[in-house]
Amino acid sequence: MTRENTLVSAQWVEEHLDNPKVVLVEVDEDTAAYDKGHIKGAIKLDWTTDLQDQVRRDFVNKAQFEALLSDRGVANDDTVVLYGGNNNWFAAYAYWYFKLYGHQDVKLLDGGRKKWELDSRELTDELPSREKTSYTATEQDSSIRAFRDEVVAAIGAQNLVDVRSPDEYAGRLMAPAHLPQEQAQRAGHIPTAANVPWSKAANDDGTFKSDDELREIYSEAGVDWSKDTIAYCRIGERSSHTWFVLKELLGQENVKNYDGSWTEYGSLVGVPVALGDEKGEA
Amino acid sequence: MCGATEGGLSLDGVNVAKEAVVQGRVVRGGEPVGNAYVRLLDRTGEFTAEVPTSATGHFRFFAGDGEWTLRTLAPKADPVDRVVQAQTGSVAEVEISVG
Repeated sequence: MTRENTLVSAQWVEEHLDNPKVVLVEVDEDTAAYDKGHIKGAIKLDWTTDLQDQVRRDFVNKAQFEALLSDRGVANDDTVVLYGGNNNWFAAYAYWYFKLYGHQDVKLLDGGRKKWELDSRELTDELPSREKTSYTATEQDSSIRAFRDEVVAAIGAQNLVDVRSPDEYAGRLMAPAHLPQEQAQRAGHIPTAANVPWSKAANDDGTFKSDDELREIYSEAGVDWSKDTIAYCRIGERSSHTWFVLKELLGQENVKNYDGSWTEYGSLVGVPVALGDEKGEA
Repeated sequence: MCGATEGGLSLDGVNVAKEAVVQGRVVRGGEPVGNAYVRLLDRTGEFTAEVPTSATGHFRFFAGDGEWTLRTLAPKADPVDRVVQAQTGSVAEVEISVG
């Protein structure tokens, strides 16, 4: 994968607004953002209700995902272009999710909703109507999703990349600073994980940095390009952003996103935790 | 402007005693800017969080004790940086004017 077939510019999106085979999808942490205005023709996916099982902590299953996309009018051969707020955190999460269920042609709008707004491009509150489809998903691609046992086994053996802010990594904050800090899990990070905040990969306007800049950022942080990599954050959405950078932009093989992330790991009994700014020992 | 909570964002539902709140409003010529983005940078200048402003120009962060920088991005304006001190149990209120 490369930048050319995984990322599109705001200009490209404007030029394809009336193409029915290009489906714009907005996914935001603030699930009300779409309702205040969205790019013309864009449908909304709500990551809390559409993409998560409502009882267990897990994703919707294959059949539920098929029903969701069929209902929203997404076909298997559509080009899906995802965008959202928070510098595309949740759009990247949805991108990873579409890949997990085997959608072939999926792209991110570089810079997401923020870049679109800062460019003063048009938003509308008009709701699109799309014909229902009969979407077929594949089984989940386990090569891009990490579970807790693999993460524990990766300590000292693979690249672990903690993409949270330095204060969360060190244990000084428990959550991104736009959320309340009182949380149940322990603070800190997985020993041997490098701290490369997701934001290092993005410019202030939310667009991705160049491939050369990106490669240097991860190399400097100690990522060994010859090893497999697992990225994590707090709930798996910021690490989707980094997964996208490593796997889709830089073309690194064997990169997994650990969607359980710190809210799972920091609650596990008996696993090692490192505190402070140092990586810690295996 | 720090400490001026009058007319600020409502703190209903926020456990102020346990949080180091940094909040405020982005204005242009005295009018609220509802499509700005406020970034919270830590003492080393590293990004920590970002929020879009509300329709009334308001934003809020739950920070930690210490010094932070608020970087505000708005359409057709240069970024504006403001240093702010946060402390658990208090609310730092900031008004940010963009060009």
